[in-house]
Amino acid sequence: MKDAFGAPQSLLVLGATSEIALATARRLVARRTRTVWLAGRPSPERESAAGWLRALGAAVHTVDFDALDTAAHEECLGKVFAEGDIDMVLLAFGVLGDQAHDESDPGAAVRVAQTNYTGAVSAGLICAQALQEQGQGSLVVLSSVAAERARRTDFIYGSSKAGLDTFAQGLGDALHGTGVHVMVVRPGFVRSRMTEGREEQPLAATPEEVAVAIESGLRRRAQTVWVPGALRVVMSAVRHLPRGVFRRLPM
Amino acid sequence: MAPESAAPARPAAPAPADWPVPVTGWGRTSASSARLLRPRSYEDAAETVRGWALPGARGGIPRGLGRAHGDAAQSAGGAVLDMTALNRVHVIDVATGTLLTDAGVSLARLAEVLLPHGWFLPVSPGSGQVTVGGAIGADVHGLGHRAAGSFARHLLSLELLTADGEVRTVPRGTPLFDATTGGLGLTGAVLTATLRLLRVETSLLTVETERAPDLDDLLHRMSTSAPPRRYEAAWIDLLARGRSTGRAALLRADHLPARELPSRARRAAAALGPGQGPYPPRQLAPGPLGLRATGAWQGLRLRTLPRTGTRRLCELDAFFHPREAPRPRHRGGLIRYECLLPYEAQGTLERLVRRLARRGCPAPLALLRRFGEGDPGWLSFAAPGWSLCLDLPARLPGLGAFLDRLDEEVAAAGGRVRLAEDARLRPDLLAAMYPRLTEFRELRRTLDPRGLFASDLSRRLDL
Ligand SMILES: Cc1cc2nc3c(=O)[nH]c(=O)nc-3n(C[C@H](O)[C@H](O)[C@H](O)COP(=O)(O)OP(=O)(O)OC[C@H]3O[C@@H](n4cnc5c(N)ncnc54)[C@H](O)[C@@H]3O)c2cc1C
Ligand SMILES: NC(=O)c1ccc[n+]([C@@H]2O[C@H](COP(=O)([O-])OP(=O)(O)OC[C@H]3O[C@@H](n4cnc5c(N)ncnc54)[C@H](OP(=O)(O)O)[C@@H]3O)[C@@H](O)[C@H]2O)c1
Repeated sequence: MKDAFGAPQSLLVLGATSEIALATARRLVARRTRTVWLAGRPSPERESAAGWLRALGAAVHTVDFDALDTAAHEECLGKVFAEGDIDMVLLAFGVLGDQAHDESDPGAAVRVAQTNYTGAVSAGLICAQALQEQGQGSLVVLSSVAAERARRTDFIYGSSKAGLDTFAQGLGDALHGTGVHVMVVRPGFVRSRMTEGREEQPLAATPEEVAVAIESGLRRRAQTVWVPGALRVVMSAVRHLPRGVFRRLPM
Repeated sequence: MAPESAAPARPAAPAPADWPVPVTGWGRTSASSARLLRPRSYEDAAETVRGWALPGARGGIPRGLGRAHGDAAQSAGGAVLDMTALNRVHVIDVATGTLLTDAGVSLARLAEVLLPHGWFLPVSPGSGQVTVGGAIGADVHGLGHRAAGSFARHLLSLELLTADGEVRTVPRGTPLFDATTGGLGLTGAVLTATLRLLRVETSLLTVETERAPDLDDLLHRMSTSAPPRRYEAAWIDLLARGRSTGRAALLRADHLPARELPSRARRAAAALGPGQGPYPPRQLAPGPLGLRATGAWQGLRLRTLPRTGTRRLCELDAFFHPREAPRPRHRGGLIRYECLLPYEAQGTLERLVRRLARRGCPAPLALLRRFGEGDPGWLSFAAPGWSLCLDLPARLPGLGAFLDRLDEEVAAAGGRVRLAEDARLRPDLLAAMYPRLTEFRELRRTLDPRGLFASDLSRRLDL
């Protein structure tokens, strides 16, 4: 059950090894979270993430979950909800892809789209239904600033996140008044495994900063969270730039 | 004329009773949705509770007028049993002062019915819009705890609808009685209650107010009040800092015996409009004024009270049930923090007040009361000691961690935090605060093995 500050007691992470998700889980375990479910593809990293959270005092379970295998979602997520109420679902899986390569390999591009969008739609709907039956809970969806405006350098990823973002906003409206809270988180450039080796962009953040923003968003029951917060203003300007100008920007 | 079958084919609206609606406590934090059911008869209520045993149902919790600030009267994904339609006053025995009433009737309504017969409620909490069931479930206390104890002390027996769908008569002195008083609706729904009333000779109170310039002075005055008064409370100005930390208005009151009734009193009493309560001083919302200005204004109002005290007469009804303050409208909701510290831990109380003052909490006033002997309710709040109660906007940054630290001090000093108002306590501190928690859990396990009576509070704290 969440407390008055939106701090959950049980957490389900989709994308078990995501650095942002683990930073968030760590913060929440320091508050009220006692049970963490890590759903992701089996790997030594997943097990070590579980061990790390256990050392912080949480009861941690792992479940096999592959975003691309949507047929299995119902069963594997159903198992988690059958074990007990989940106060917060953090939808954190996602792949960046390699834009330059993927443009000439449609199969790889489709995998990006299927992971980030199709997989998230499937898992998001299943979790939303379960939360609704519980009568409470937060679904936190990691979108991205890339969803806000298509960029030459990552529009395959960006378009998948744009789909996810729109989906999550709509879901939030659909669930308004049901006790279930949907929060869309739009980080800018985050220094994590996903962006390793890439050139850092202005207004870069750390996974820890994203975690702080998520925790405060839960407290305020926010619908949209930008990380860092200044991006909200920046992007509202960028959104209106003429295409010709935007194309020439070094981003 | 169009045939009737041509009526627009709009989908029928869902039956309201089956549609989950968001429910919160009085503080409006942590909303969760549940089906809101309003039984019209005991049989209706019993039928509903029997339905909770069906597979797929998530149980439920009784609710009165929803005046508890936390999540005690809500049940996410389950049912909330609104008891306020069961509101008949069955018997008033005017000779002995006993009352048999449904649990859904409000205390304000009871006072209205009782006063003309020369009887009054022995315990009146700060709001009259509280049901008898809620007063039992939260074992409420009033301004006069030292004299009167909490609500359960005056309760002779009750009828309880339990998880098996049966109605049990629960007399005083049984384990089920002690689990139910202060049991937050988790043992079942109280249907009726038999209460012992308080004899009053007049409908007037003598009310004295005085000012304490700082905390030491206040605690000294409260500890040495002679002769003792039935009602006593202090409102501490938490915005006062430095030397005047703990500056407060102190209020004492007693029922006026008939022999002291001056002829002038009738005129004075008549001059008070209905629902016009002279006290407590109105809480200022620190809205547009800002904290500092509010603090200054608060200080001025308290300073204009005479140091030694004024005495005046006041109508009972207006005193205990003033026109209800509007529901708090703070964005993000309100947290009521109510804690109790044993008398030995007065040092902790002083530290707490100074800590709150230093933090500059936008809680203009905190209510300080002295409690006497506790009552046997296993999860009942009251025990001998100081009780401090204040409201804070939930949106204050860092409030969660701040209150957690206060909890730790309170628990370490042998005190406790009030469950009926809680929406945020850390579960692992509970056992230290409520030593009879294991008994409560055990009784619930045998009485309601499937946990059909469950609230957000009970799930959060694993009660
Ligand atoms: C302005 C204000 C001042 C207050 N001052 C005081 C005070 O001075 N002293 C004090 O003690 N409290 C005080 N309170 C708190 C209030 O008295 C209690 O929270 C009380 O329980 C509210 O009663 P309710 O009918 O609104 O119950 P609810 O808030 O609806 O429910 C409270 C609890 O009682 C249970 N309950 C309700 N009905 C039944 C039933 N029929 N059978 C079994 N369980 C039931 C619920 O399950 C829940 O756990 C104050 C509240 C407000 C808003
Ligand atoms: N880093 C940034 O700059 C940035 C910016 C904005 C938004 N985001 C978004 O934030 C989220 C988390 O990012 P991060 O930085 O923490 O990335 P990360 O550390 O690379 O984590 C990505 C996670 O997604 C999982 N995943 C990938 N494909 C999967 C699949 N098919 N099935 C199940 N899980 C799969 C990965 O699991 P495996 O270990 O099994 O691969 C990994 O746990 C992502 O959605 C990302 O798009 C990131």
